[in-house]
Amino acid sequence: MSATTHEARGLWAWVTTTDHKKIGILYGGSAIVFFIVGGVEALIIRLQLAVPEGAVVSADAYNQLFTMHATTMVFLVLMPAAAAFTNYFLPLLIGARDVAFPRLNALSYWIFFFGGLFLTMSFFLGGAPDGGWTGYAPLAQQVTETVRMDYWSLGLQILGVASVMASINFITTVFVMRAPGMTLMQMPVFAWMAFVVAFLLLFSLPIVAVGLFQVYLDRNLGTLFFDAFGGGDPILWQHLFWLFGHPEVYVLILPAMGIVSEVLPTFSRKPLFGRAFVIFSGIAIGFMGFGVWAHHMFTAGLGPVAEATFAITTMFIAVPTGVKIFNWLGTIWGGSIRFATPMLFSLGFIAMFVIGGLSGVTHSIVPADTQQHDTYYVVAHFHYVLFGGAVLGLFAGLYYWWPKITGRLLDERIGKWNFWMMFVGFNMTFGPMHFLGLNGMPRRTYTYPRGLGFEFWNLIATVGAFLIALSVAIFLWNAIRTRTKGEIAGADPWDGRTLEWATSSPTPVYNFAEIPHIETEDAWWHAKYTEDDEGHAVARPIQPDPDLAPTTDIHLPSPSYYPALAAFGMFLIILGLVYLPLGLVLSGAGVGVTLWGLFGWSLEPLTKESPDAGHPSPEETTEESDGSEESGDEGAEDGEGDEGDAQTDGEAGNEAGDDGDEQTDEDAEDAEDDKGDEGDKQTDEGAESAGDEDEDEDDGGES
Amino acid sequence: MSTDAAVAEHHDGHPDPVRTRKVAMWVFLGSECLFFGTLISTFLLFRTRTGDGPTAVEIFDIPFTSASSFILLMSSLTMVLAHHSAERSDWRRSRIWLVATALLGTVFLAGQVFEFTEFVHNGLTITTSPFGTAFFVLTSFHGLHVAIGVIMLLGTAGISYAGRIRPNEGMNVEAVGLYWHFVDIVWIVIFTVVYLMQV
Amino acid sequence: MTRRLRLLVLLVLLVGVSLLVSCSGPDRAELHQVVDISMPQNSLEPAGPEARRIDGLWQLVFWIAVGVFVLVQGALLFAMFRFRERKGERRSIKQLHGNTKLEIGWTLVPAMILAVIAVPTVSAIFEMRSPPGDEENVLHIEVTGHQWWWEFHYPEYGFTTAGEMHIPAGRPVWLTMTSADVIHSFWVPPLNGKRDVVPGRTSHLRIEADEPGVYLGQCAEFCGLAHADMRQRVFAHTAADFEAWAAAQARPADLPTEGPALAGWETFKIVCASCHAIDGTEAVAELAPNLTHFASRTSFGGASISNTREHLRQWLRNPSSLKPMTPELNDVSSGRILGMPSFGLTEQQLDELVAFLEGLE
Repeated sequence: MSATTHEARGLWAWVTTTDHKKIGILYGGSAIVFFIVGGVEALIIRLQLAVPEGAVVSADAYNQLFTMHATTMVFLVLMPAAAAFTNYFLPLLIGARDVAFPRLNALSYWIFFFGGLFLTMSFFLGGAPDGGWTGYAPLAQQVTETVRMDYWSLGLQILGVASVMASINFITTVFVMRAPGMTLMQMPVFAWMAFVVAFLLLFSLPIVAVGLFQVYLDRNLGTLFFDAFGGGDPILWQHLFWLFGHPEVYVLILPAMGIVSEVLPTFSRKPLFGRAFVIFSGIAIGFMGFGVWAHHMFTAGLGPVAEATFAITTMFIAVPTGVKIFNWLGTIWGGSIRFATPMLFSLGFIAMFVIGGLSGVTHSIVPADTQQHDTYYVVAHFHYVLFGGAVLGLFAGLYYWWPKITGRLLDERIGKWNFWMMFVGFNMTFGPMHFLGLNGMPRRTYTYPRGLGFEFWNLIATVGAFLIALSVAIFLWNAIRTRTKGEIAGADPWDGRTLEWATSSPTPVYNFAEIPHIETEDAWWHAKYTEDDEGHAVARPIQPDPDLAPTTDIHLPSPSYYPALAAFGMFLIILGLVYLPLGLVLSGAGVGVTLWGLFGWSLEPLTKESPDAGHPSPEETTEESDGSEESGDEGAEDGEGDEGDAQTDGEAGNEAGDDGDEQTDEDAEDAEDDKGDEGDKQTDEGAESAGDEDEDEDDGGES
Repeated sequence: MSTDAAVAEHHDGHPDPVRTRKVAMWVFLGSECLFFGTLISTFLLFRTRTGDGPTAVEIFDIPFTSASSFILLMSSLTMVLAHHSAERSDWRRSRIWLVATALLGTVFLAGQVFEFTEFVHNGLTITTSPFGTAFFVLTSFHGLHVAIGVIMLLGTAGISYAGRIRPNEGMNVEAVGLYWHFVDIVWIVIFTVVYLMQV
Repeated sequence: MTRRLRLLVLLVLLVGVSLLVSCSGPDRAELHQVVDISMPQNSLEPAGPEARRIDGLWQLVFWIAVGVFVLVQGALLFAMFRFRERKGERRSIKQLHGNTKLEIGWTLVPAMILAVIAVPTVSAIFEMRSPPGDEENVLHIEVTGHQWWWEFHYPEYGFTTAGEMHIPAGRPVWLTMTSADVIHSFWVPPLNGKRDVVPGRTSHLRIEADEPGVYLGQCAEFCGLAHADMRQRVFAHTAADFEAWAAAQARPADLPTEGPALAGWETFKIVCASCHAIDGTEAVAELAPNLTHFASRTSFGGASISNTREHLRQWLRNPSSLKPMTPELNDVSSGRILGMPSFGLTEQQLDELVAFLEGLE
């Protein structure tokens, strides 16, 4: 029997989808489109700087281009690319059917989509943001006649809303939806890093959200937050921005680290070395990421005490980063390394990230940083981290998981061209920038005169940038070509270790025919192999069959257009806010559309059932729901040891008198006996089994 | 293992929605803590920067705001009662308490509007001084949260009354209650920091 | 010379690119002529005690980083070569899960290396940020950042100049800095690291040049449209030369008494005096550079344009053609000055004004 879905077709299917895999693909596709947009912006920048006194674009256009290049790459490429992998693979890696809130997931995507559209649109509506992606006060508040920085503040604001929603969703998913038996420490490292990233976003975005509101209010209502001459404080903005901005750096790099931590073991045929250390160093990086923000402000005049403090915290955040690198080396050490394209990108990631990390340590030497700050040395540093690190890591993930997403392998020969072209181009572009910065070239300058010694390396960098562009074109060609000609992947083309390889490729809509029970990390590898006395891998005589057809009717969330509608409403709201006061009319309409979307959403059950299971009359609903809901509560309360309530609930459950109750108790007890399970989780499973008689209604509860 | 299979089958990849929503609400409130923390920090930075405008001592009417704070605190009590009734499946009474909570919240909002009007008459606006800017923005964002809470409370009560979907679905009483208590606690912090801790 | 060769090879690769970018005007190089020394803005060629101290720290951390780099990349390359999977050979791999001693080792060793770097860093932070003592014979200069030019006021001598700072060599200079509009950053790499200037706040920076010479710098915090054209030149002199220069600058301007220069002065009073000051006259506005001794400067327009008659004429005719600016957004009442407008002067007025300005020695 096949899964119950109510599939729409064509474009509409994509607009209304609530399937985490399709939403992941939407995120990924958008990220690639914006990668091209941001890349073209970068190429124009490099053309302008290829020779001194470049005249390809005006200073005004240049300022828009570098602002939008950074904004695009950070918020519209790296973040959605990580969100794409998290969306698609987090549920697969933890053995779940979907994320906790499928429609909220769709809403996150559509808000992101409209936010990206909103920012990019500004190029054609009076100019794009031109104050740098950091939007330093009071420059960002200075010219209120143009709406450029309004687009910036509102666009980032709404992208932040999307990210917070997605983070809540991912965190909840990890807490409540892990496959039975899977402890937190048994989660694959990519899932762990995505989990840490979700927390980073959850706690850092509200800070910059306040800052962005303040920017908007200063610009449009004349508030005085950043107005130095009115008593405000421009440095406040830097604190708020970097309190978000530095954790954001780890938001961008940790997913790539997670990917690499999956790829290296697979292609070394060895488990991840020091798994717990890799996970805990990720958590440590996340924590410490909130304690180093002021190293972006070493020239702002914080005073020697603060500077010394942040110098030391900055140095020591290098320690957990180093731990990760050493563990990766430990992983490939003694393995059997296959140089497939994902592995090449991962090894390239390590090599380049080491450089970015080391140049990062040089920034913690405050006096030296006063020379490096805001020069091309910094540009080189963060491109080694964010391109050499994040982008190479994401490409590793792309080549690694492409067969799982599409069912076909990307071409290995073209893939190797892609890697080497990108690797060489990257180093040609950003390596010389170290020299440029130390030789005195500040960033964000639209031109430079002859005679300062900047000519040679700038030209090299421009050539390198075009090599990168070529490598991206090669990737696109690979993707298009293998759609029809690619080798059929099969369920497990890389001899993988984690659960996503336990289901067929492309992933069936229901993910797993049967939810797996987990007893160890690398569960799929342990299904295929065992270890002999000396710890060598030995293939099991009977290999597991990943292609099980589902045996039961699997209920999946139905498509819904309400999330996209609500997101469109929010788009109208912010578009109206750009053009005060007349825009308020548009904003008002936007509020209406948003409420329409949310109202329709709240009345729509998550899973639509076949027509014969229509809703009973209101009285019936109330009564029946009482019974099953309470029995559900019982399970949960038992787990928390709240006896008094459980008593009452038990009675209520008995009144309703459905079999589900006994089931609950049995399940709960059985589960308790089962070692390695967390108390909380089992009771929930028990609770769920009780309630599942009215499947449609229970599932309709997603808010 | 056989039980596991049974669990998996029943589990079907969909966890208990009530618990899921509760977890999500807690996570969301974690984010909100940072949001209000940032607003309050901004206020603390600016609270003495009154420029030519009125200062905190000159402008605040502590007895009035204490009264409206008390009303908001009472709404937490009615919220607890609403949740208690919901737990005992007394949906009718739960709805009454929900509406009562929403009413108290509305009275608090009305008090805030009155207070703002008074302040503007006395020469403190959003553009007067950094103090005014930070005060109005902080308290307005709190007011906005109260207003959203009122909508959620009425929505929950209304949906429960209409019986379109079961009361514990959509926004269940417990999740709304968590949000409401959070907004109240934030107000206690704001009331202390902004009104009571004057220089 | 090998650089040139490599450059040529690359040029061949870049025919299309070069065609695109070579369309800039022929006089741009001359326009932005910088002082002719090699790499004059280089932070790696320190020319004073502060910059040298930074360079010392940089060298320390750089060589440590090189060591770590070689070790890690070496291990990576070795592992890639040594443990590669050969065709057709399927080894059974030992499933090693980790080694706690090793983990503790590679946590502690980097931490200790960093502790070693931390000590000189922290002491340098405190020493480099401390204000000058009384016994030090420092020169005080007040620096104000404007969009997009630097203003230098010498409180001990009572004059103000723009774009070009003159200092005595071998004597510490203590800069007291602020901004008139947005955040800028004062940076002359051979003399010290950069320091932001923030509206509403003052910041300080100590610079010192060992030898007489010219040291270039530019604004290092993005400050809007013409950020790249906000440059500064620091001229270090011997003590005697510096005093002579300062004495000359402190004199009020010699106003012309006849000829086109006098007519230029009349035009100046009507057109320019609303923003520019000339000490000793009724032109006292401080919204734009003080022009008292304009002709003694080697550059203008934020020290980005060489001070020649041709450039000056073009500047007066249409300033935005030499430097990107948005004078249409100027709001004198709120002090927002975003560039010098084009006043539509006649050719004769231009000649007179140039004559006047060239007389301001």
